[in-house]
Amino acid sequence: MKRQFLSGPYLVWMLVFTIIPLAIVVYYAFTDSITGAFTLENMGAMGTYFPIFLRSIWLAVVSALICLVLGYPVAWCIAQEKPSAQRFLYMLVMLPMCISFLLRTLAWVSLLEDTGIINRLLGAIGIGPLPLVRNDGAVILGMVYNYLPYMIMPLYTVIMKIDHRLVEAAQDLGCDSGQVFLRVTLPLSVPGIVSGITMVFVPAVSTFYISQKLGGTTSTMIGDVIESQFKTAYNPNLGAALSLVLMVLVLACVAVMNRFTGEDESVATI
Amino acid sequence: MRALSKTVTILVFVFLYIPMLVLIVASFNTGTDMVVIKGYTLANYNALFQDGVLLPLLLNSIIISVIAALVSTVLGTAATLGIHRMGKRMRRFAMFLTNIPLTNPEIVTGVSLALLFAFAGQLMKIKTILGFGTLLIAHITFNLPYVILSVQPKLTQMDPNLTAAAMDLGCTPVQAFFKVVLHEILPGVISGALMAFTMSLDDFVISYFVYGPGFVTLPVEIYNYTKKPLHPKIYALFTLLFLAILLVMLLMNILQARDTARHPGSPAAAPKKRRKLDTRRTES
Amino acid sequence: MKKKLCRVSALALVLVLALSLAFTGTASAAKEAVTINVYNWGQYISDGTDGYIDVNKAFTEATGIGVNYMTYDSNETMYTKLKTGGATYDVIIPSDYMIARLIREDMLAELNFDNIPNYALVGDAYKNTAFDPENKYSVPYTWGTVGVIYNTKYVDEADTGSWDLLWNEKYKGKILMFDNPRDAFGIAEAYLGYSVNTESSAELNAAADLLLKQKPVVQDYVMDQIFDKMEHEEAWIAPYYAGDYLLMADENEALGFYFPKEGFNFFIDSMCIPKNSEHQAEAEAYINFLCSPEISGENLEYLGYSTPIEGARDYMDPETAESEIAYPPESVLEKGTSFLALSTEATQEMDSLWLKVKTTGGSKAILIGVIGLAVVIVVAVILLLLRKSKKAKRKNLYTK
Repeated sequence: MKRQFLSGPYLVWMLVFTIIPLAIVVYYAFTDSITGAFTLENMGAMGTYFPIFLRSIWLAVVSALICLVLGYPVAWCIAQEKPSAQRFLYMLVMLPMCISFLLRTLAWVSLLEDTGIINRLLGAIGIGPLPLVRNDGAVILGMVYNYLPYMIMPLYTVIMKIDHRLVEAAQDLGCDSGQVFLRVTLPLSVPGIVSGITMVFVPAVSTFYISQKLGGTTSTMIGDVIESQFKTAYNPNLGAALSLVLMVLVLACVAVMNRFTGEDESVATI
Repeated sequence: MRALSKTVTILVFVFLYIPMLVLIVASFNTGTDMVVIKGYTLANYNALFQDGVLLPLLLNSIIISVIAALVSTVLGTAATLGIHRMGKRMRRFAMFLTNIPLTNPEIVTGVSLALLFAFAGQLMKIKTILGFGTLLIAHITFNLPYVILSVQPKLTQMDPNLTAAAMDLGCTPVQAFFKVVLHEILPGVISGALMAFTMSLDDFVISYFVYGPGFVTLPVEIYNYTKKPLHPKIYALFTLLFLAILLVMLLMNILQARDTARHPGSPAAAPKKRRKLDTRRTES
Repeated sequence: MKKKLCRVSALALVLVLALSLAFTGTASAAKEAVTINVYNWGQYISDGTDGYIDVNKAFTEATGIGVNYMTYDSNETMYTKLKTGGATYDVIIPSDYMIARLIREDMLAELNFDNIPNYALVGDAYKNTAFDPENKYSVPYTWGTVGVIYNTKYVDEADTGSWDLLWNEKYKGKILMFDNPRDAFGIAEAYLGYSVNTESSAELNAAADLLLKQKPVVQDYVMDQIFDKMEHEEAWIAPYYAGDYLLMADENEALGFYFPKEGFNFFIDSMCIPKNSEHQAEAEAYINFLCSPEISGENLEYLGYSTPIEGARDYMDPETAESEIAYPPESVLEKGTSFLALSTEATQEMDSLWLKVKTTGGSKAILIGVIGLAVVIVVAVILLLLRKSKKAKRKNLYTK
């Protein structure tokens, strides 16, 4: 159908503003930062950073899963409301995102610190300062906080359109509410889940500010490392190589995830 | 089940709004930080309105976010429609393209776009190419994936026969799009636009490398505030922004609700209409 | 549908219009004949906050030259932006070692000092510096020192005086450290008695080992968060800039400061003009304006850093002007050394060592990560296999 051509402008746009920059990144990744000659050295240095890659991917996976677990009930609840309430609630989900990310993160720091708001309140009732900040938990909290709305949005838009009669039919056929959820609602919301996980997991792997502010002395993430290559180390070539490897790893993860859904599109569209 | 999701929902909203509360309280603080409240004052708001820098920067941010969100929504929605009709292989390629800006760390995207712009500037012999235009291009580029990813599930979910039915009933493809398809995917389009808007409003890393003299945005300026602690007038600024957006949301909601009440057949009363359509579909 | 879209866009339009109307009063950065692009650290100029002088506005009023003011968060991001190109800048204000680097890479214009008569007021101590020995490219803007800030409530006075306080087990978990390699290595090198500009691999490695040894007692590696953490006593000990200590002491009176006896970093941030500037004369007028004693005095009173301009202290609050921390006596100052530009190789080596320091010790976390990922992968594979077999079964059913 002719409709295909609708994506023409987009493809051209992305070719110019994504593929060309990507080519620049590739060029940098395979040249030396001082002489500018072709080299594989940057790629060879990857081994050192392997544990950091793993850690970043792991933290992003955990954040994405927590976002899914928290986001699904929220999306579902919103979808059960009256249309006007739905619109309002889903805007309410997005509203915090309008406030500067830096300030939101700093607000979390001031909440979680040893001398922060929560520990002061706990101290008032006699509970000693809890180690709430400077650990991986705090980093995950920061990521979940920052990306949760990007999970709720696609889930909500998909769940609200699920045909309620299908649910009723399943109930009529003797499913209990758990079965209805597992066999009807959940499979029908798969497209939303995929979009949501992509929008949370993919950017979360390369975040850099959250780990600096909420993490401890050992929670350096790959985003921090790449940033430092551009900023303090004057080694954009290594930075480019790192981000290229990161991209391949993440795209591989996304491809694996799409395997879960790719073959099931027929189910999703009914 | 229902009770559990309700509880989770309430807790999530509390979770989302706790930092907002901290920020709002801090904006009235006589001291400078968020933790220790020394007393309450409006001095920070006063300082904000006397400041000649922050408010114009906020305006810049809003302008760029609105334009970037609109352009990327239109472009992205069209793209999703096209991608949806593609063969499996082309579709995979298109989704690969879509994921790239998401996977690249922002600093890499920022620097490589800046290099591209600088190169284009050399070709065109423009000494100062960085400015509003380059900033807008960069914002549209990183917004597009979010729009596509939020429209796509709606399109996947839509019954493909709907378009065919509309065309059978005498619609041109364009009419079919505006009367049927757009209506079906609208929630996805709106949430894509919203996400694009907030992404743009908040971006500082990519913006940092592609902005030029004469058009600075607010997050870039604030990110560079590293020499001294943040002045609480910044908290005041974001408290006001927060309230302003909340107000706009409420207003829109009330307008829409009134619309629904007055013209029950109008698009704002969408759910009813949808049910009608749905019944027709199952009966046929 | 159309109606709704119309309404939404009309609302958006009204909002934008209203906002722009509201801001036209403030946003009318008068359109002068010439506008210069000034590129400086964020929050590194007095901008009218809290009743202090608005330097850029005063400059435009005095000369009729407009100012496009832009900011950066570190010398390095400024350098990246300058290097990528795409825009021209007329005045930049980097630190000493970055100026040396810019001179080495031929990125700075030679100044015409006929346009900067106020240069005569710059103190001799800030001329003929190691980074610009012939005074051709830079005019000092501020200077300052790095020392140790500590909380007198918790830190024993007997433990102070040396950099070793930052390694003191007694204050484990309450010590902060610079989150950038240059400053962190500078401290370790000073403590070891090396030059802070050493490029020797052995010395850099020794400094890295010392930083690794420090890691268990460090609470966090931070930069601007130091203000909050020291003020409400989240941490007790931190190395930072003397000028910033004065700001912190205003908020928390228990904070003290000393210059470590082993020596410390003495920095100068200077104004320069990049080679591709299109308005050099106007840029020089700007530099000259910032060097006038009155402006420098009021500007740096707000910033808290020290002024290199003679006579500027007359325009400051006497308490700041006479502070021994902002203006230490000669006997203290001679222990300060400034950073010079290291070779790219040394910078890269320092950075990779720094990365090692920052990532060592997280083995437990990494182990959890590895195990966790492995579990996720196994679950994914099992799910995929299950699904495949299910599908195959279903197919069988149909074919039967």
